[in-house]
Amino acid sequence: MKLRDLTFKGGVAVSDNKGLTNHLSIESAEEPSIVMIPLHQHTGAPCEPVVKAGDEVKVGQVIGQSQAFVSAPVHSSVSGTVKEIASMAIPTGPTVDCVVIESDGKNTMDKSIRPNGKLEDLSPEELIQIIKEAGITGMGGAGFPAHVKFSPPAEKKIDTILIDGAECEPYLTADHRLMVEEPEKIIYGLKVIMKAVGVDRGIIGIETNKPDAIKALKEASKDEENISIATLKVKYPQGDEKRLIDAILGRQVPSGGLPMDVGAVVSNISTTRAIAEAVMEGKPLYERVVTVTGRGIKNPKNLVVKIGTPFKDVIQQCGGFNEGAPGKIVMGGPMMGISQYSIDVPVIKGTGGILVMTEEEAKPEPMHPCIRCGKCIEVCPVHLQPLYLSSYSLKGDFDRAEALHALDCVECGACSFQCPSKRPLVESIRLAKREIIANRKKTN
Amino acid sequence: MDSKVASAPKAKEVALENMLLVSSSPHIRSNESVQRIMLDVIIALVPAIIGSVYFFGINALKLILISIASSMFFEAIIQKAFKKPVTIDDFSAIITGILIAFNLPASAPWWLPIMGSAFAIIVVKQFFGGLGSNFMNPALAARAMLLTSWPAHMSTFTGTRPDVVSAATPLAIMKFGMSADGTASATVESATSATQAAGAELPTLWNLFIGNNPGAIGETSILLLLIGAAYLIIRQVIDWKIPVAYIGSTFVMLMILGVESQFLPYHIMSGGLILGAFYMATDYATSPVTSKGRIIFGIGAGILTAIIRVNGGYPEGVSYSILLMNITVPLIEKFTAPKVFGEVK
Repeated sequence: MKLRDLTFKGGVAVSDNKGLTNHLSIESAEEPSIVMIPLHQHTGAPCEPVVKAGDEVKVGQVIGQSQAFVSAPVHSSVSGTVKEIASMAIPTGPTVDCVVIESDGKNTMDKSIRPNGKLEDLSPEELIQIIKEAGITGMGGAGFPAHVKFSPPAEKKIDTILIDGAECEPYLTADHRLMVEEPEKIIYGLKVIMKAVGVDRGIIGIETNKPDAIKALKEASKDEENISIATLKVKYPQGDEKRLIDAILGRQVPSGGLPMDVGAVVSNISTTRAIAEAVMEGKPLYERVVTVTGRGIKNPKNLVVKIGTPFKDVIQQCGGFNEGAPGKIVMGGPMMGISQYSIDVPVIKGTGGILVMTEEEAKPEPMHPCIRCGKCIEVCPVHLQPLYLSSYSLKGDFDRAEALHALDCVECGACSFQCPSKRPLVESIRLAKREIIANRKKTN
Repeated sequence: MDSKVASAPKAKEVALENMLLVSSSPHIRSNESVQRIMLDVIIALVPAIIGSVYFFGINALKLILISIASSMFFEAIIQKAFKKPVTIDDFSAIITGILIAFNLPASAPWWLPIMGSAFAIIVVKQFFGGLGSNFMNPALAARAMLLTSWPAHMSTFTGTRPDVVSAATPLAIMKFGMSADGTASATVESATSATQAAGAELPTLWNLFIGNNPGAIGETSILLLLIGAAYLIIRQVIDWKIPVAYIGSTFVMLMILGVESQFLPYHIMSGGLILGAFYMATDYATSPVTSKGRIIFGIGAGILTAIIRVNGGYPEGVSYSILLMNITVPLIEKFTAPKVFGEVK
């Protein structure tokens, strides 16, 4: 099996801008004085609060839970007092109930947090239970509960676990630093997933612009027969799970399908490391590495930030904004991240980065008519025709957009990035997808 | 929003929230632009412009400049009249102007490019919606219009030496000068060509390659056109598929139609095939956006060109082939949509 310089058809070359932070070791953020922990930061059912105003809570204590299978519990990231439970804006857009906790600064750990013992002694069922109770969700952005992903129906035969170390979004280096600094934990986390799913092959895919990460993981896995490292060409969106499976395994996930349909389960680096910590230390997901970066921030950093910490605290610790006003603040990377209208929103499980762009960088470029150059088709990793999808969407002709497979769009933004006329391609396709799904619900 | 959150330094917060730009991702864009692409095409045409002046004299330069100026003028005027933003700063009118001039003989009168530009820009380009929306290549449609309206002006070619007043193009020589029934043609322009062609001799292949032979001012120098084409392919402005499929299929079809092998190089290197294949068939607006579609488009144009040359009344056939293929583009695209990733049939 070929494991070097793998890639997929389509995609774009994007200047990665990772030099701002890829050499900076991960450091701990300051203890927040107050945290706002959303009860719904994952795909699936929202949690119900299990604490109330005035309660004392400890680090790692469950504060929100749901009986639904597709959901993930939420834990306190500080020790202190619950001030209130109130509806607040979160960085992914909606307003959701958040548990506001004032920290006592003592960081007292909850007594439920203790090592789970040796991996050899734990059964797959126990591992999945540990992952579920630790509240682990996909930390690459989608926020899908990890235990659900690791419990495929019996008829889906899984043969490979893939770990996405591509980190193809420009600017972000949280996963890169974790691979360099904690490779053993990543390997351990991969072994946990392999055992939980019952698979004896694990592959970590890393883009070749991270030679130090490739070296560290090769070193850490040299005694592991069932684990290999695949190197990937640097191309956006290599980290998209379907592109990763295609590049490494040469299998195409069917349209509308999931990785398990082709025998694969994909997990991201931060998630894998959180899984390792959940098993090794009993530590639930209450903090994560966040890359705070961009030319609009004074001192870019890779910080371990507690879930619920307001963006503005994190920005302050990085020296605040550079000269002049920030133009745009994005949660995540510049290709798929979500722009924020406020810095009062909290860091959530899916916050891999906070990108501060300068006014100059954020200035929208004037749009021109489509010249039909066809570059959007060349770069589309799904092999769609963005120019036509977009033009139908802008005309309100969503039926024709659907006929051209609008719903297959992964919204990676490669088309809009490449477009010489600066047209809102993915933006309008996103709109078409929303309309198509809304129409389906209406007719059903 | 919750009061606790809003109680932080208020005035500053409000100010920041008003300043932050919120938009759908992606938040970065490539350096590509319409102007840059058009500028690249102009840069690619510069060697051929210089060559045309070298081979055909100052009149070639005069025609090119009049053509560019009138194309830009008509674009600005018609956009003003339609109350639309004036977009001559996207440089696309300049390219149309150069290509119209490239299709004229060096002896053409000064007003011919003006007529061509007016038709190309006003009727073919702007009536159908402007840049990117025209369904035919404006420069080629203008050439077809001029050829129909002023056939004598359009097909009286001068040689590259000052002492030659009128000369036959290599294709005219092959078509009319060397075949027994060549003069049987009914059209005026082929009659003109045929008269010139009688008894003329074919240029050497070397002269053909560097451009030292009669023809429209921009079509003769294969060497200079290929230098520009290489630049466009390296800069990824044009896709190699259309020109390669076009030229390759012209060659194959000419062989199938029984053209003798010693004449094949003349067919490839004259009659505007290189100019048409690299600079006009690749026009974004009027060629398919799909990868397979581009190959089919090129093959179609090649077959038509060979058939027109061997069986038709015109000696060259490139412009009509491309124009005919232009109108098939929506159909080609319909049948060549790329297979969607993971598509289940």
